[in-house]
Amino acid sequence: MSELAFFIDYSRCIGCQSCVQACEECDTHRGRSMIHLETIARRDSVQTAPQVCMHCEDPICAEVCPADAIKKTPDGVVQSSLKPRCIGCSNCVLACPFGVPKYFGEVDQMMKCDMCYDRTSSGRRPMCATVCPSGALAFTTIEEIMRTRQGNPVNEWQFGNETVRTKVYVLVPQEVTRVDVPLIQISNLSRRPHAPADPYDVAALLEGS
Amino acid sequence: MARLPASITELVARHGPHPTREPAGGWATRGEPDRVVPTHCCFCGQQCGIQLKVKNERVVGFEPWEEFPFNRGKLCPKGVKRYMQDEHPDRLRAPLERVEGEGFRPIEWDAALDRTAREIQRIQSAYGRDAFAVLTGASLTNEKAYLMGKFARVALRTANIDYNGRLCMVSAAAASKKTFGIDRAANPWSDIPRAKVILVAGANVAECAPITTDYLWQARENGARMIVLDPRMTPIARTADLFIPVRPGGDIGVFNGMLHVMIERGWIDRDFIAAHTTGWAEVEETVRRYTPEYAAGIAGVPASMIVRAAEMWGPAETSFLLHARGIEHHSKGVENCLAAINLVVATGRIGREGCGYAMITGQGNGQGAREQGQKCDQLPGARDLENPAHRQYIADVWGVDEATIPHTGLSAVPLVEAIHDGRIKGLLLICFNPTVSLPDGGFVREALSRLEYFAVIDFFLSETARYADVVLPGSLMEEDEGTTTNVEGRVIHHRKVVAPPEGAREDWRIICDLAGRLGAGDKFAYGSTRDIFEELRVASKGGVADYAGITWERIDREFGVCWPCPSEDHPGTPRLYEGGRFAHPDGKAHFQAVDWRPAAEETDADYPIVLTTGRVVSQYLSGTQTRRIGGLVDQYPQPRCEMHPWLAEKIGVVDGDFVRVESRRGAVVVRAHVVKTIRPDTVFVPYHWPLDRSANNCTIRAIDPVSKIPEFKICAVRVAKADAPSGEEAALDPAAGGIR
Repeated sequence: MSELAFFIDYSRCIGCQSCVQACEECDTHRGRSMIHLETIARRDSVQTAPQVCMHCEDPICAEVCPADAIKKTPDGVVQSSLKPRCIGCSNCVLACPFGVPKYFGEVDQMMKCDMCYDRTSSGRRPMCATVCPSGALAFTTIEEIMRTRQGNPVNEWQFGNETVRTKVYVLVPQEVTRVDVPLIQISNLSRRPHAPADPYDVAALLEGS
Repeated sequence: MARLPASITELVARHGPHPTREPAGGWATRGEPDRVVPTHCCFCGQQCGIQLKVKNERVVGFEPWEEFPFNRGKLCPKGVKRYMQDEHPDRLRAPLERVEGEGFRPIEWDAALDRTAREIQRIQSAYGRDAFAVLTGASLTNEKAYLMGKFARVALRTANIDYNGRLCMVSAAAASKKTFGIDRAANPWSDIPRAKVILVAGANVAECAPITTDYLWQARENGARMIVLDPRMTPIARTADLFIPVRPGGDIGVFNGMLHVMIERGWIDRDFIAAHTTGWAEVEETVRRYTPEYAAGIAGVPASMIVRAAEMWGPAETSFLLHARGIEHHSKGVENCLAAINLVVATGRIGREGCGYAMITGQGNGQGAREQGQKCDQLPGARDLENPAHRQYIADVWGVDEATIPHTGLSAVPLVEAIHDGRIKGLLLICFNPTVSLPDGGFVREALSRLEYFAVIDFFLSETARYADVVLPGSLMEEDEGTTTNVEGRVIHHRKVVAPPEGAREDWRIICDLAGRLGAGDKFAYGSTRDIFEELRVASKGGVADYAGITWERIDREFGVCWPCPSEDHPGTPRLYEGGRFAHPDGKAHFQAVDWRPAAEETDADYPIVLTTGRVVSQYLSGTQTRRIGGLVDQYPQPRCEMHPWLAEKIGVVDGDFVRVESRRGAVVVRAHVVKTIRPDTVFVPYHWPLDRSANNCTIRAIDPVSKIPEFKICAVRVAKADAPSGEEAALDPAAGGIR
């Protein structure tokens, strides 16, 4: 059996915030949640998406850290900043392509998801992936995911010219093998094509459109 | 208006709700727990397994319980944070007595119990036994539900006992009994992922039964298609194969229309119907008129959606129907359920793997608490209060003369009306917060203020307890031992994790002490809740809900046992109706033909918009518990009025504006939440909050003629932009009914 891994299936998320509430309960960051739950565009849809640290093979947060405060464990988990080293500059917050690190002013330190290292290193599953009632977050083997899910687990991302490989997988449609995130020039934003017309507008559904 | 012993702001300052954000003793001192106790969540009918961490005899945290098969460690945010109630600063730690103009003062237990017994006797001798009533709840354990029914019938001998399950499961229950002869979900949840098509009608699963989401998603991973009926695009509707944004109250249009198409296309099982059912001819005759066009007019959706639903549901190999309050909270709630169930029986897809249906119970013991005899028309074992044989059996178990057991009393809404018009003078209430949860809140508050004597058992001073003469501090779920019965009919074991705080008592001891003071002590001589369970087993034996073979040891060993379980060597019954054998004496399912009829109050020129109410994921029922937990309060701090941008534009409102939602009965002022995920003719306000923020100020006191459930899901309102509320109450914490 292969090792346990972390999987995100955004399509399953119901926005209940169990992950957020459970993350707060950790004794290493008491009352502070390290997971992000994004509400995409509530006016248009109830869609939400959870975001844990993706634990990059070459963590950009660590590369840009001037204080060398972000370390990766031998098993590939990117840790929160080391308190004695972190200078609170927030380079990592700005650099992370997934928007994961958070700067907490009251402790003047960056803290982020460490995949519940206290739990996973003692054989327990991360808290968010244990409680998630929709299965949007799962900590299991890749074989189990292939057996029980239709989506394809991928852990390779293309941000413009930059390829990022992550320890965490996301489930995407079968035909997709890599998540491509094209870069958009800010000056071109006004010419960005509009999203398809309101697939979730109840009034439009009622008109049979 | 109703009288309170002190101003609301004074009562809130003293008794809360005060949201708490840290575990007992604070985060820093928590450390390694002394013990971790496997038990169950105190909130909804899913009754998820959870482990509570105890340090220095205080509950300080939780750990998922992955071995428990129903939820395998999964929890919703309410389950994650529920442990914060135990050491909550608002906990009642002494009996309280009302002091006019001042609020409440603590008194001794003996004084509180003596006074309550004295007042009960005074009222009953002055006005008759039925003038003292009991209102209870479906979040009580089976043992406590059984005890409350026995207390009313044996110690008080009042006909008037009912419970807040009247606001929850009764329409589904009545429909199931009519069609199948048993009031219970027909299938275990493990059948859901095996179904090829799933119809979810009026159930916001993601918010009200979050754990069930994974079962639905697993079915879809296995190739199932999913149809969702709801006036709002809920999180499970967002990706459904077919979302039908039905008009509130239009569900029968969809169900009968689907059946019409299925008959036309030959997608019904005529062999099954002939062998295992009665009443089909009437159904066929009724739905003949429900062409897709006619049905669409009732449902308020395009006819093509109804045809599409029939095409998905009709020819499927296996199927599962789930319904909840969305179709049940209507003055035709039973009929809505019957029309839905007809879709199941007509296809013969019930009683086998991956084939069946379930009602999703709302309250913690929504299933069990309605079987143990605290409904106004029921005796333990889901027995009928008017059946002579049933009465005699229970009279023998209780050791009383059958003639002394009262007959059917008033259900919750008429009971409160009887308080309002003076027929009922005294009330004992436990596990119920009717000033928030009953419709027409202003009327309810007025009624409570007219009681000559009002006693409340609760662990917090709920908004309803503020009207009490005496408040008796009771226990949380984790402070007593007992059983509940989850959404599957699975009887499970709640362990005592810690003792109640000093000054509070286990609810069952309070009731037994009262019974003793009323001269019925010999009938309530229990040494523990296990004694009550053992008597409950006997009382339920031979009944529909037969627990005779269920022991606490078996529950622990087998992760719960599903009733009926008539003997200790019986495996329990996870799936009902196998082999097409139904529970009526003729062994058949009884089709019920239903025709659509309007709601009690449809829209008109003065009140042109439909108000529908419901829940949010971070709050539970009337919020007595969840409005005291900071993390849950922060997640959805105050009610908002969801409305479509079309409606918002029409009335000149933008997102975040204050709006006044007003019916013929009352109004609620909240912020507008402008979203495209709701029908433009409907607004939604969740109901968990009190006072001026209570959606139930608007709702109507109309009830279903059979189930007596109130019509929470439809009333006519007008909505207009409003000024920001001001004054002392508006300035309260939002959890206490204020607004930000």
